Amino acid sequence: MCGIVGLFLKNPALRPDLGRHVSIMLAGMTDRGPDSAGIAVYHRPAAEGACKLTLFHPDPAHDWAALAAAIASAFGADVEAETRANHAVLVAGAEEGALRAWLAAQAPAVRVMGYGRLMEVYKEMGLPADVLRRHGIPEMAGTHAIGHTRMATESIVTTEHSHPFTAAADMCLVHNGSLSNHNRLRAFLQRRGERFETDNDSEVAARYFAWRMREGASLEEAMRAGLKDLDGFYTFAMGTREGFAVLRDGIACKPAVLAETDDWVAMASEYRAIADLPGVEDATIWEPKPAVVYTWKLN
Amino acid sequence: MQTVDLSAEDVRALNGRLHALPADTNERAWRVVNPRGAHAVAVGLTQPLDIVVEGHVGYYCAGMNEAASVVVRGHCGWGVAENMMSGTVRVTGNASQSAGASGHGGLLVIEGDAGHRCGISMKGIDIVVGGSIGAFSAFMAQAGNLVVCGDAGENLGDSLYEADIYVRGAVTSLGADCVEKEMTVADREKVAALLARAGIAADAAGFRRYGSARQLYNFHVDHADSY
Repeated sequence: MCGIVGLFLKNPALRPDLGRHVSIMLAGMTDRGPDSAGIAVYHRPAAEGACKLTLFHPDPAHDWAALAAAIASAFGADVEAETRANHAVLVAGAEEGALRAWLAAQAPAVRVMGYGRLMEVYKEMGLPADVLRRHGIPEMAGTHAIGHTRMATESIVTTEHSHPFTAAADMCLVHNGSLSNHNRLRAFLQRRGERFETDNDSEVAARYFAWRMREGASLEEAMRAGLKDLDGFYTFAMGTREGFAVLRDGIACKPAVLAETDDWVAMASEYRAIADLPGVEDATIWEPKPAVVYTWKLN
Repeated sequence: MQTVDLSAEDVRALNGRLHALPADTNERAWRVVNPRGAHAVAVGLTQPLDIVVEGHVGYYCAGMNEAASVVVRGHCGWGVAENMMSGTVRVTGNASQSAGASGHGGLLVIEGDAGHRCGISMKGIDIVVGGSIGAFSAFMAQAGNLVVCGDAGENLGDSLYEADIYVRGAVTSLGADCVEKEMTVADREKVAALLARAGIAADAAGFRRYGSARQLYNFHVDHADSY
């Protein structure tokens, strides 16, 4: 069992409070996933030509300023580092792929949680409310966010195995369920050059969708293709630069509820997570249909 | 009228108070506020109480209901009125999947849409849906009536035994051994009566009837010894 939530703010007036709203949602799913929690927040776009990386190091006292200085010197670029507990957000005037390759070689103990220009990803073991507070999520502004509370079934409880999984710039996936063909699909993707960081089945789904989109599929096409290629139980929520998407398998045993007002769209495993959103009394609330791709995009 | 505020009292306390009422109680009218998606609100009632829940609820609301009337002014999560025996359950919003699952009797009214597996394994319950129903509805249904004013999703009535399904709108597809049947005068009268009981204004003449073709393995007399 896991809990997933997604919040997409249509009304700009609500965006300063994104973190507060989505934190209440995620903490509301603690019963479904007390092992670890993670969240991707879309906000504070890096300048044109710059990239933003969310990095993790298990030591909370890790010297991020020294790493930022080393990157600045290696790339001859401006680098800013902002520490949030054992994560740091690095904004660098460098090409994101080259920077990630440099990190893999020069700082192998540092893990890249997310990358792109918008998305920041924080995930860690522990109760969702603690994870959210330690990383200052409730104070964050932004347009949209997706989050996950995990009760592990297919692999061990570590920060690395926590959701969301990132597989492309500003793209991440959270999953409630379990895939039965993930080993075969992982091998299929590895033969096509995809690199994996864990043995987690949900990472396979994230890299599958990213691979489809790199091959030219739209978000909707990639998710529809997943209905054929992913075997198992799933409710997915995917965050992208423009918005978010929801997909359930054709049997739809894993729960999901959608709610929408003029101001926002919310998705959660259970309505309890949505109960505190402003104006929810008058929201349209429904269960997303099996095997139907739902997407919302920023205007 | 008793009012229970679920932001101050938990569901277990609410249900405990409802279960503890003596048969001759005068405290029959109850109002439940601030449910905030709580699961199992007003389950296992056995007396003719009138319960109104103001707001959206989680899973299994009014499950196993017997004799009571439960109205939810909002959305219901999974399995509203599952295994209901008698009484009435009304949802003014939409309901998630498995509404009325395994219900033996009583009337379930969903004024909005119901998700997939509505009326799965229904055993005598009457379900009236003002909107549409999702896929796999009335799967393995055994008895009762499912009246749908809107559309029905994929695999309607898959592997059903003897329930009657009436749909006014489009049916995406029928499940195994489910076929369209003649809409008789008696059927129209039955649908009209159910719509009237549900308080839903719809013309019974516009409905089509679906039911079991009785061709699956378990219907063959040659297999009678297997059971």
